[in-house]
Amino acid sequence: MRKGAHVRKRLVTLLLAVIAVILAVPGAASADTPGGESLVVTLTDPAKSPVEGVLLTAYKGEEEIGSDSTDSDGEWRVEVPGPGSDYRVVLDPETLPDGVDVNEQAYERAPLRPVTEGQEARLLFRLVPEAEATQAPEEPSPSAETDGAAGADDGAVDDSADGAAAETGVSAGTPFGVAALQLSVSGLIFGLIIAISAIGLSLIFGTTRMTNFAHGDMVTFGAMMALMFSTGTIFGGIPLIIAAVLAVLAGALLGLGMEWFIWKPLRKRNVALIQMFIVSIGFALLIRHIITVAFGANRMRYNEYQIQQPIHIGPVSIVPRDLIIMGIAILVLILVGVMLQYTRIGKAMRAVSDNRDLAESSGINVDRITLYVWGLSGALSALGGVLYGLNQTVDWQMGFRLLLLMFAAVILGGLGTAYGAMVGGIVVGLVAMLSTLWFPTELMNAWALGIMIVVLLVRPQGILGRRERVG
Amino acid sequence: MDLLQILAEAFRSAIAPTAAFYALAAIGLNMHFGYTGLLNFGQVGFMLVGAYGVAISVNTFGLPLPVGFLVGVLCAVVLALLLGIPTLRLRADYLSICTIAVAEVLRLLYRAQFAAPLTGGVYGLQGFARSFYDVNPFPRGSYGLLGVNFTHQALWVMVVGWGLVGVACAISWMLVHSPWGRVLKGIREDEDAVRSLGKNVFAYKMQSLVLGGVFGALAGGVWMLAQQTVTPELFMPQVTFYLWAMLLLGGAGRTFGPVLGAIIMWFLLSIFDGLLRGAAAEGLLPFLSNSDVGALRHAFVGLALLLLIIYRPQGIIGKREEMLVNVK
Repeated sequence: MRKGAHVRKRLVTLLLAVIAVILAVPGAASADTPGGESLVVTLTDPAKSPVEGVLLTAYKGEEEIGSDSTDSDGEWRVEVPGPGSDYRVVLDPETLPDGVDVNEQAYERAPLRPVTEGQEARLLFRLVPEAEATQAPEEPSPSAETDGAAGADDGAVDDSADGAAAETGVSAGTPFGVAALQLSVSGLIFGLIIAISAIGLSLIFGTTRMTNFAHGDMVTFGAMMALMFSTGTIFGGIPLIIAAVLAVLAGALLGLGMEWFIWKPLRKRNVALIQMFIVSIGFALLIRHIITVAFGANRMRYNEYQIQQPIHIGPVSIVPRDLIIMGIAILVLILVGVMLQYTRIGKAMRAVSDNRDLAESSGINVDRITLYVWGLSGALSALGGVLYGLNQTVDWQMGFRLLLLMFAAVILGGLGTAYGAMVGGIVVGLVAMLSTLWFPTELMNAWALGIMIVVLLVRPQGILGRRERVG
Repeated sequence: MDLLQILAEAFRSAIAPTAAFYALAAIGLNMHFGYTGLLNFGQVGFMLVGAYGVAISVNTFGLPLPVGFLVGVLCAVVLALLLGIPTLRLRADYLSICTIAVAEVLRLLYRAQFAAPLTGGVYGLQGFARSFYDVNPFPRGSYGLLGVNFTHQALWVMVVGWGLVGVACAISWMLVHSPWGRVLKGIREDEDAVRSLGKNVFAYKMQSLVLGGVFGALAGGVWMLAQQTVTPELFMPQVTFYLWAMLLLGGAGRTFGPVLGAIIMWFLLSIFDGLLRGAAAEGLLPFLSNSDVGALRHAFVGLALLLLIIYRPQGIIGKREEMLVNVK
């Protein structure tokens, strides 16, 4: 306590000294920075990195008052003659670097920006990945693949950061019943993908009681590995199916490595669970941004299986790609279920998940089972990532977007139960997609998360969870 | 590469308005995690409602700025109640998942098209901070401090921001050293023991959640004063993770932990950025493009979190035994 008080005292003194110094030197260097009115723009790309060399021009009314390019920090600054209410800044889209685009309001319908006395008026330009705009013409059939169209529409409001699934497969004007059916199918696919990725999250929680915040980034890792093997310059040309298998193996290795090098030593050191959460968050940030540096911040697609003619089954049209995704997902879910139900190792996993101490005392090697669980989780999340990337696009944030939905799925189904995660995943996927029948697409994830909160209110143990005394 | 300039920039970041509002939000998080053991991974949600509370009441409803701050604080109280009622009775990890989800849902809602008349949608709101700068007591000009210059506006935000940090520190110090604070610490150490003493654990947790949320909302408001514009993209979940890194760096469970953490964190981040950009400019890192520096900074924060927890969970001024909290 005494030491603490001492540090506090020193800090207070320091703080006071800092304020005193600031107050004591007014205008010491007033020549350096002008205090007049100015317009300021900071341009950053979707990964929040500065964008250099973009030409911006400031107008007062129709009169041009200044033009400059952004500097290496993405900063642009123009002095204006005085306060006024009719300033505009127009961006020259030709000078934007490759891969990013700006919504057209920025250069065609630039809104007026008032500047008050002495104010540095900050303006905002939202740069979006170019992928959506350029992909549009390639799409074969607007009714089956509305991604391009939706991308163009939503480009203005930039759904890129959050449109987890802009591709709902329904265009305006479809009859309600058909739309509902179509959306149920896409919801089912989305749900299966969530379920596959979420099983691991639930199993990890069951066996170690830890919420793995890095799970989403394990999904991204899988998708990116498949991308690297199938389209990258290093391995270029490996067919996607083989690349996917390699990615799943890489995912399993990542899972095993995390358990072996991080979680097991931490458990041995008796680190508390709260600390483990935070380590997993740190790890998530680390993986995610290393992936960003390695693969860039743009949205990408796999080369294969992109342009396909939709098959019509009754009123529902579906591309073969999505049918295969569905088939693979269902097959894998059944396999995982069979494994958990009937094999020795599956039974051991469920036993550890149920009660770690009891499992250990009945002769199960808990550490080894935990290692297998991590390997299985890594593999499943990587597979989920590949399927998700195939169904939509691959980008560095895909896993994080999926993570929140996976949490919703796992809580919905009951924390720690593998079957619960499957059921929860499908429910979340269906809710997210079907919500777009009545509500805007941009809110679909909000609905899925909202369902989770409602479930916590009325049935905190989840749909398949067993009631236990909590709190 | 000019090392002196990098150092000066780092010093600027350490005392800039940004560090102030991060410190303020981290003080709120300290109330949650450091004293009560609540795992709030959605502090950015409180900052969001605070910031938009200010911006919307001033811009859309034409209320004066102080009333706007009041509205922001009220929004945070409501959010804390909404979050706490379903989750505070459950295990700690439910709160963590719920807070991160709710913060993200809020961001989606505020940027949605249908909310645009109120929130400005993806473009956000501007121009609500004018009355704040109108009462700026510092004459126009540039103010130098140990080789770095701040505009009179930045200085005004800094004084207000750090002033609020001081007030928040004082409040949390007094609260924590009161009987109320001792109950909070008891909850952190052993919830059941406190319950068996006849304390209403749920109510205490809720009060802590509300109080920390209010600090978060104030931080959001100050942030918006500094930025003069509010957009939903500012409130990405990464902000919360930064706050956690700051809190743990400084030392959770100490009054000055979050403040120290914020200052040191921004200092280090700025040095990291400066060195990396400098090295990139000199062609030492041919494989890195300029835009990767931002991403590497996030990776750096992640690594810092990882190493801190593993090697020094109590942070710089924390007490080790206080940080060995366990979730039940």
